[in-house]
Amino acid sequence: MEPKQIASRLQRAFSADVEKIREFRGQTTVTIGKRRSREILGHLAAWPEFSFDYLEDLCGMDYLGKKEPRFEVVYHLHSLKHRHTIRIRVPVSEDDCAIDSVVDIWAGADWHERECYDLFGITFVGHPDLRRILMPEDWQGYPLRKDYPVQSDLGEREWPGFTDVVKTAEENSRYEVR
Amino acid sequence: MILLKIAVVVGVTMLHVAYATYFERKVIGHMQVRLGPMRVGYHGLLQPIADSIKLFFKEDIIPTDADKPVFKLAPIVPVFAALSALAVVPIFEGFVIADINIGLLFILAMSSLAAYGIVMAGWASNSKYSFLGGLRSSAQVVSYEVAIGLSLVGVMLLSGSLNLSEIVRAQQRHGHGMFVIPQFIGYFVFMVAAFAETNRAPFDLPEAESELVAGYFVEYSGMRFALFYAAEYIGMIVMSCIAVLCFWGGWTLPPMIVEALPALAKVPGIVWFLLKVYGHLFLFYWVRASLPRYRYDHLMSLGWKVLIPLALGNIVLTSLAKFLL
Amino acid sequence: MPNEAKRFKTKELTLNMGPQHPATHGVLRLVLDLDGETVVKCTPHVGYLHRGIEKLAENRTYTAVLPLTDRLDYISNMTNNAGYCLAVERLFGIEAPARAKYIRTIMSEMTRISSHIIWLATHALDLGAMTVFLYSFREREGLLDLFEMTCGARLTVSYPRIGGVRCDVSREFLDGLYAFTEEFPRRIDEYETLIDKNRIWLQRTKGIGVLTAEEAINWGMSGPMLRGSGVSYDVRKDVPYDAYGDVDFDVPVGANGDVYDRYRCRMEELRQSNRIIRQCLDKLPPGPVLADEAPDLDMPFEAAKKQVPDMSLLHASISLVKEYDAVPEGELYSAIEAPKGELGFYLVSDGNTRPFRMRVRAPSFVHVSILPKLCAGHLLADVIANIGTIDVVLGECDR
Repeated sequence: MEPKQIASRLQRAFSADVEKIREFRGQTTVTIGKRRSREILGHLAAWPEFSFDYLEDLCGMDYLGKKEPRFEVVYHLHSLKHRHTIRIRVPVSEDDCAIDSVVDIWAGADWHERECYDLFGITFVGHPDLRRILMPEDWQGYPLRKDYPVQSDLGEREWPGFTDVVKTAEENSRYEVR
Repeated sequence: MILLKIAVVVGVTMLHVAYATYFERKVIGHMQVRLGPMRVGYHGLLQPIADSIKLFFKEDIIPTDADKPVFKLAPIVPVFAALSALAVVPIFEGFVIADINIGLLFILAMSSLAAYGIVMAGWASNSKYSFLGGLRSSAQVVSYEVAIGLSLVGVMLLSGSLNLSEIVRAQQRHGHGMFVIPQFIGYFVFMVAAFAETNRAPFDLPEAESELVAGYFVEYSGMRFALFYAAEYIGMIVMSCIAVLCFWGGWTLPPMIVEALPALAKVPGIVWFLLKVYGHLFLFYWVRASLPRYRYDHLMSLGWKVLIPLALGNIVLTSLAKFLL
Repeated sequence: MPNEAKRFKTKELTLNMGPQHPATHGVLRLVLDLDGETVVKCTPHVGYLHRGIEKLAENRTYTAVLPLTDRLDYISNMTNNAGYCLAVERLFGIEAPARAKYIRTIMSEMTRISSHIIWLATHALDLGAMTVFLYSFREREGLLDLFEMTCGARLTVSYPRIGGVRCDVSREFLDGLYAFTEEFPRRIDEYETLIDKNRIWLQRTKGIGVLTAEEAINWGMSGPMLRGSGVSYDVRKDVPYDAYGDVDFDVPVGANGDVYDRYRCRMEELRQSNRIIRQCLDKLPPGPVLADEAPDLDMPFEAAKKQVPDMSLLHASISLVKEYDAVPEGELYSAIEAPKGELGFYLVSDGNTRPFRMRVRAPSFVHVSILPKLCAGHLLADVIANIGTIDVVLGECDR
């Protein structure tokens, strides 16, 4: 099926929840509401005309200052049976920064959701083991948010792991041969 | 006199161990399309000396929580056991430190003792990796000892004695001069089990670099590590010596060949002995360069379910043959 | 017997295959709960090589992001670059000239061969067959020399550019590559002689790490991980890019989804890559190697004149250099078939010269996530075989 057809089929089935459809360079994006996102994604995986059995990617987006709601979770779905693709976006607001997890539909979502949580701070309700994956376990802050600095001059908020290493290096430097 | 003999044997053996490491690196290097040691001395010939000097001067590191007396004792046990086994190995006619009646049994007992060193090292290092390596190695050595012992029973039957010089002389009584021809099954079992006894590839799982990062001797450094390393090579040499003595006629040539080319009989026996031992060492290196590593359960099932039945079958066949012929 | 087993109290051993370990192919940390030799649970910890490439990309222009993509999967650099350049080209609406497409295909396939050689060498080395490592690196040295001849770097090449490639290939390169393709099939046979029918190899790879087709699809596997389980999905055939639509090649598919099948898939892919390179060499069209509309990277005259380049001037001028009347606003997901699997770039643009968001969908990230499932209930030695078969590079996994 062509992406535009999938989008219109989706809109007919869930007209209340489909917020926006946009097409760019042959790829179609469907924005659906958060309320029934898990259910709709489940239908996308299960209904035979869609059969989106392959979760290509799951990531987060931060639109600080540009639009409300601030975050969006983007799903790239692919069907190996019908060989068609669609992109689904689900807006997540900053105040209620949580969305239903889709781990039970696609097991591969497990680590993608952990990364999204780690870097954006979006909580996935129903995820079996939501903890940081790329950053150290005791890291404060969500690095990929737009208000997080690129170059770390965090001063007081510096990660204790780093300050410990610097301190140990200074102590050990007295053994250096000059 | 006897002290002089001991000194000579130990000295020559340690020299062989040093250059066995050098030749291993060279042989495996050439098999892998590279050159091996080339820099230290002419074509790297001084490499073992450089290695020994380095190991001698290294810092002696003992982990804080290690069991110190056992940790220090562990490297000595395998070296001691392997060197003692050399006491009963006759190099040529008349040259043996201790010509005892139960020579073969003594060697088997000594190689069993070497297993203690491994267990002690694995335990005393107080590290999970060495613990696992020690466990694996001790189980492997114990299983394959049975196979080694059984594979040599055929030789004992054919020669009627456990004395190693007597075994070599018994081989001279046959035209082919080597027990490997009637005892090829026994020889095969013996060689495979010898690879496992010495923790050499393809049975080097206890020290599998990619899994256990050197296994039971991961916490050892410097001279202690050198002792373990030496023990492994002395073990290889002892196993090669046994194979040569029991299956290939030791220092003798087959009578068939001596009849055909009498000039060869003038060559001293030690030359043939050394050539055969070097051939076996080359086999050790060749197998290491070529084969992947056995997984632990395959290793155990090979020892118990394949080698031991083969060895037992060999014993039955040999006994039947000896009875009927 | 069962009663005795209950009275025997045994404890599980927790073993840490730390970030520094000869077999973990980079800084992967595995915490294994062992019951004797059997792995009860395996927990991977990643993130030791996280460099924040996605965050960095939001602060650089599209052209300046290119060297960052080199460092993703640091042993298959050409394909990373090609994937990124393809994504940006699709976003901007630029088309690379035909010669550039063929050159990019050639480079991608050379990279595939190089990456699979490293996989084969390290996989065999971990399982004990050291010699394959040294034999196969001979060929890889040849390939890296060819890369160096073309763009000056062996590994971090930055050669494919947005709109084509940086410069043309020389006659010497083409001759050298032709000679390589003549000899390579025989070399592959040589590697196979060493391990393919070896009993020990078969025992250690058949029936290990089995993944059914449904599981592979559900977990998001791609590349040989997916094809080894019988699912014929190759991005080069599904959505042909560069010159893949013009060449003939087969996509090997396995049957059982075990380590051995994936090994055979990748070995067969080596042969197919050789075939593709040969066809591209025969069909290489003449012409320019960079599109006219490609973003330019000329250093402005004022900055070049100074002895010490003024970095602020440099940054400002790069972002002004090509006034696109449209860096179009929109989003695009573009995937290529990297040697490890499906490498996807999701670019979101808001009309600026810097990407608003660049998301890298790395195959290694997804593949490491399946390790707990593959290792549970099997022996410690199988963990090593599994790590080898998923063919991960931590640079890609952690970004």
